[in-house]
Amino acid sequence: MNAETKKRTIKTIVIDADKCDGCRACEVICSAYHADPKFGSNNPARARIRVIRDPLKDVYIPVYAGEHTVAECAGRDKYIIDGKEYDECAFCRASCPSREDFKEPDSGLPLKCDMCEGEEEPWCVKVCLAEALVVMEREEETAEEETEELEDLEVGLESLASKYGKDKILEALARMTKED
Amino acid sequence: MRYAETGFNLEIDLTRGNIERVATDRRDTELYLGGLGTNAKILWDRVPPEVEAFSPDNLLIFAAGLLCGTPATGCNRTIVSTISPQTNLMAFSMMGGFWAPELKYAGWDKVILRGKSPDLVYIWIHNDKVEIRDASHLQGKGALETAEIIKQELNEPKAQVAAIGLAGENRVFFASIEQGRASASRGGIGAVMGDKGVKAIAVRGTNDIQVARPEEYLQLCMEVLDYIKWREEHPIPGVMPILARLGSPQEMAVHDEKWHTENFSWGNSRVRRKGFWTEEVAKQWEETLEGARKRLISCFNCHLKCGATLSLPGVPTYMMKCFTKLTYTMAAMSDLEFGLKIAQRATEYGVDGYSAPQVMAFAVELYENGILTDEDMPGFPSDNEERFYWLLDKIVRREGIGDVLADGTYWAARKIGRGAEEYDHNTIKKHEQLPLKLSMLNPIYFLMYSTGEKINITQIEGQFPQAPFPKREQREEFVKDWFQVPDEKFKQYFVDWELRGENSIPFYPTVEMTCDIVDWQEKMHYIDDALGMCAGLSSFPLKPPYHIHNYPKFISAGAGIDMDEEKLSQAAKRYRTLVRAINIRRGMRRKDEKPPENHWKKRFPELEKKLLDTYYQYKGWNQEGIPTKKTLDELGLDFVSRDFIERGILKEDEEAVAETAAAEQE
Ligand code: SF4
Ligand code: SF4
Ligand code: SF4
Repeated sequence: MNAETKKRTIKTIVIDADKCDGCRACEVICSAYHADPKFGSNNPARARIRVIRDPLKDVYIPVYAGEHTVAECAGRDKYIIDGKEYDECAFCRASCPSREDFKEPDSGLPLKCDMCEGEEEPWCVKVCLAEALVVMEREEETAEEETEELEDLEVGLESLASKYGKDKILEALARMTKED
Repeated sequence: MRYAETGFNLEIDLTRGNIERVATDRRDTELYLGGLGTNAKILWDRVPPEVEAFSPDNLLIFAAGLLCGTPATGCNRTIVSTISPQTNLMAFSMMGGFWAPELKYAGWDKVILRGKSPDLVYIWIHNDKVEIRDASHLQGKGALETAEIIKQELNEPKAQVAAIGLAGENRVFFASIEQGRASASRGGIGAVMGDKGVKAIAVRGTNDIQVARPEEYLQLCMEVLDYIKWREEHPIPGVMPILARLGSPQEMAVHDEKWHTENFSWGNSRVRRKGFWTEEVAKQWEETLEGARKRLISCFNCHLKCGATLSLPGVPTYMMKCFTKLTYTMAAMSDLEFGLKIAQRATEYGVDGYSAPQVMAFAVELYENGILTDEDMPGFPSDNEERFYWLLDKIVRREGIGDVLADGTYWAARKIGRGAEEYDHNTIKKHEQLPLKLSMLNPIYFLMYSTGEKINITQIEGQFPQAPFPKREQREEFVKDWFQVPDEKFKQYFVDWELRGENSIPFYPTVEMTCDIVDWQEKMHYIDDALGMCAGLSSFPLKPPYHIHNYPKFISAGAGIDMDEEKLSQAAKRYRTLVRAINIRRGMRRKDEKPPENHWKKRFPELEKKLLDTYYQYKGWNQEGIPTKKTLDELGLDFVSRDFIERGILKEDEEAVAETAAAEQE
């Protein structure tokens, strides 16, 4: 059995909203890190983290950008916690047509937190001296075959792509999906 | 390409409803940096001395400091400049919070208001889209209330709003501009905003701010952050808690108020209450603050958490920072709960938390001494706390006696007459000061009080310890890692400073040392005010993360302007001198440069004269406090010297127009 499993590291950012002081340093640095050139500019509207803040209601929730969604949810949610009412969809990580968060301000292209891939520590965590954002790592066992299979698939696809071009493959895929 | 700044000012003519985008000259940034520096240049160029605060020709300038909106921690100040209705001099108050960076992201360095709107309006800046909008429905609304309504009606929860309350609308001379947890309070700039018919400025920006040399700039920012971390873990030993740490004085976090309550004066800056801070009081006040405080909160891109959200029973939630915590309590000789409750109303009305309580305590004192009577104040309550609410309401509405008091203690005293002038005993240049009455003259504070043009002691003091540490070893320990000093000699000044004996105040620090120290302290504040840096991370605390040695690097890497310590000091001196020039042209002279008569019990007229003489000379000013032609020309301010000569303020041969210097000094 052992031979068939593999360890991978899962990074979790633990968000202690009670410690957040609402400073938005995380937004500033995230947008700076993802700027071109790196740190050459910053713009919180481009950040992959957003702090929902409503000081008079004592609402401070850092939210990370997750997947892009093409359609907004049919049903919405609205939380009330400890008597504090949060806006509709407040905790959702999606870059969604229903709101302006997690999109490039000019192009509207979706933004997604990449955990600052390649950096030893996510930048937002590094600058959050309030320790509202803390990174936790843990090892998790995953089935090796799965990853191998995926790898195989990817290698195969790549060779097809170089032969026929990506567009052709996408067209073929679309046809196949319809036929299914 | 402009770095750190946007290169554009937003000019709004309120009379005509005209909105303009004006490109600025990069050379002005090199000469005056930005924020306060370039504000001063604009006021010099465009607001001649005949223009009074409430003239349509007065300008009200909201500036984001040069480095605001860059990743530099704590760089978030809005510097608001105009002519003060109270002093008729240049007012330059600042606010922290979130407004200035938002303005930068919207693509603007400054908003310059001129003229007067016929109806109450607010301004909505959304990137390059700017609208003047009707605000008739906001008339009489509180400052925070206004911000909430505007964000809602624009459906822009992320907009930052700077607004005035009733006090500003009614041109109270100590009206503030409020912005969430911050306010620009000194000098009555809220009254100018009200006079211009502007209830609020809301701003939302989603553009980039560039820096010139990214890697280097980031490195500098991270060094500062690391140092802050270290410094927070290593408070300065031997000083009171609020001076041991970085940030604005941590009034929202600290419970021990022995020092303030026993050293500052209560009432109309009258009574010192030794022994006030008993265990019982300590316990009660701690309960009050703990019960009221929901969270400690920070300004944009900073973690020092100097402010707090407060919620008291029966009172709407609001935000506060710093010493306003105690000003109402102490003026009314009451307790913390009263102080925090009335401060909520005062914040919504938008009044200066230093001046307003003092004006009210002044009125109570006049009443108690029969100078103001029931005839002047019909319906004046007999309950002490009620009286303060009553007075506050009258003042912000300018009703009855409130109309007189709304001009501040100086003008009110003169209007009331009947000996009321005697009770105006805590103003400098017509502006209320912190309630401090001390014993022995302190030469450093003497010069700061006399010559500080922000007319607020907390905005000139800092960096150099307020008093010597008792033991030499402690002082030697302190200077060991004191790398912020501009020159090694400051360490020696401090090491040799004793509590008693030959090397103690008032004759030590010597006159020359005092000049060095005060000049350094003031310079750092002026640099902060141009860059938009919070004084709490730079000029105010001991051993701050920003200082004269790393600032030039920040400016070079951030704004792409080659800078070194020499050039930076020269730039700061340039606009500091320009601020003085504006005030000199408006009539300020040596006779105005003095602390309140009774600030110290033990005074030393000869020493004081020598201090002022020497400091003026040190600064390149003549014996009237007027910058000399030589000084002005060396700084490239020859347009000022020409103006001064034309007006007869200076003579061609640059000698002081001695006027009646000696006579006026009495
Ligand atoms: S940096 Fe930390 S404290 Fe500041 S807003 Fe982000 S999560 Fe909150
Ligand atoms: S982990 Fe990196 S990418 Fe994700 S929000 Fe934080 S700084 Fe941005
Ligand atoms: S030190 Fe305090 S007042 Fe200054 S920017 Fe930080 S939180 Fe604001």
